[in-house]
Amino acid sequence: MRIIYILWLRQLKRYIRSKARIIGSLAQPLLFLLSFAYGFGPVFARAGQGNYMEFLAPGIIGMSIIFTSIFSGMEIIWDRQFGFLKETMAAPVSRFNIMIGRTLGGATVATLQGVIVFLIATAAGFRPVNLWLLPGALLIMLLIALLFTALGTAIASLLDDMQGFQLIINFLVMPLFFLSGALFPLQGLPSALVLVARIDPLSYGIDALRILLVNLGHFGLMTDVLVLSGITVLLLAAGSYFFSKIQV
Amino acid sequence: MSIIKVESLVKKFKEFKAVDDISFSVEAGEIFAFLGPNGAGKSTTIKMLTTLLKQTQGNIELNGFNTLKQSSEVRRSFGIVFQDPSLDDELTAYENMEFHGVLYGVPKKLRRRRIKELLTFLELAERRDDLVKTFSGGMKRRLEIARGLLHHPKILFLDEPTLGLDPQTRNHMWSYLKDLNAKEGVTVFFTTHYMEEADRIAGRIAVIDHGKIVAAGTAADLKAQTKTDSLEDAFLSLTGKTIREEESGHLDQMRLRRRAWTGRR
Repeated sequence: MRIIYILWLRQLKRYIRSKARIIGSLAQPLLFLLSFAYGFGPVFARAGQGNYMEFLAPGIIGMSIIFTSIFSGMEIIWDRQFGFLKETMAAPVSRFNIMIGRTLGGATVATLQGVIVFLIATAAGFRPVNLWLLPGALLIMLLIALLFTALGTAIASLLDDMQGFQLIINFLVMPLFFLSGALFPLQGLPSALVLVARIDPLSYGIDALRILLVNLGHFGLMTDVLVLSGITVLLLAAGSYFFSKIQV
Repeated sequence: MSIIKVESLVKKFKEFKAVDDISFSVEAGEIFAFLGPNGAGKSTTIKMLTTLLKQTQGNIELNGFNTLKQSSEVRRSFGIVFQDPSLDDELTAYENMEFHGVLYGVPKKLRRRRIKELLTFLELAERRDDLVKTFSGGMKRRLEIARGLLHHPKILFLDEPTLGLDPQTRNHMWSYLKDLNAKEGVTVFFTTHYMEEADRIAGRIAVIDHGKIVAAGTAADLKAQTKTDSLEDAFLSLTGKTIREEESGHLDQMRLRRRAWTGRR
């Protein structure tokens, strides 16, 4: 337990100390939120879909979580380059615990980031329909964060240096975000796009957030939670397997 | 009793044999020096001894445990100071020590006391709450050593621990280690390029070159065997005078491994 705690604490300390990273990683969701909400808002309303800010905010919260958590998971590559990974890998603790501690730390950081985006959205005019459901939304954020931190860990365990990083962002994270229904409703789309959205785990995360925050859903909360939990367990298993195979 | 037993150890990176069929053993309580020119295979061997790298062939037993099959027992038996940096730059000196202490299960009271002692001993006490990224190279090195001495394992690996340290700190560090060795029977396994250091401190010495062990014995044995009167001359006579390619950097090795792993060229 102490091992998991100290690794978790380390991730948190690193996050809090890198002011530039916090600001940098908030700029993008903020830009999306403001330009899209105000830019497409009138069109969205005219199409009879209601308030776009309400629809969009959960999607942008999901976006900031997926980016931060994959990035946190992939910090392993940095640790490898700066040598710190050796320090943990030679220590007399199970690699499973190391992986869990890191993942929990990364997930906590990503959840915090999601909460900050939520607060910014609130300042920009977003209003959750039921304040009593906020703790539930927080749990969903944590679940999304865990899922994608585990994914980042699994990928980073297979990569040796940062060269593959841009590739992952462009060919994995971006599509996961854009095809998740974060920006548009999934009703009435071409069936190919719906199919892709159904495979994308982020779709379920954003759907669950939308149900809890603004009472708009596509898949149903039960399905969302089951899919998210199932995939998180699978990815944690894959992540700890690949992590245990790392040679430094 | 042999606390380190290495039998026919081979490590290949693609076609390159970094370690080529070496066997040796180290007795419990010994101070053992592992010498060799750059790129001879020292660090690769240490990585295999410390479970960070898997050998291509051969068998290693540490404290009676097999490094491949009983890696967690092995990891509980040793401590290590790495050749290249392994600190977290975004943490303070104290936090790096604390992290290490928790990782190695040093009880809180003892941990706090030793951190204080060691930081004072290596003259880092005043900077304990500064982020490591603000440290000079020498200070980082001292912190790595302080960290490596925080827990007292059965075997302590030191990969070129004195590289870049001034004679005062070197002297300091070795007297601490000798004390640790005498009082707690900690086995010390180290590499160095300072021959007089090995001559003065090590009970036994093995010399590795091109992945093979070319000589082993006490400093006196090596001098007698090569008919020289200093360990430096003995070393040169065993390994030749040509200058070696620098050991391929960390990144090069990773690229090599990735290529080996994905089969790409």
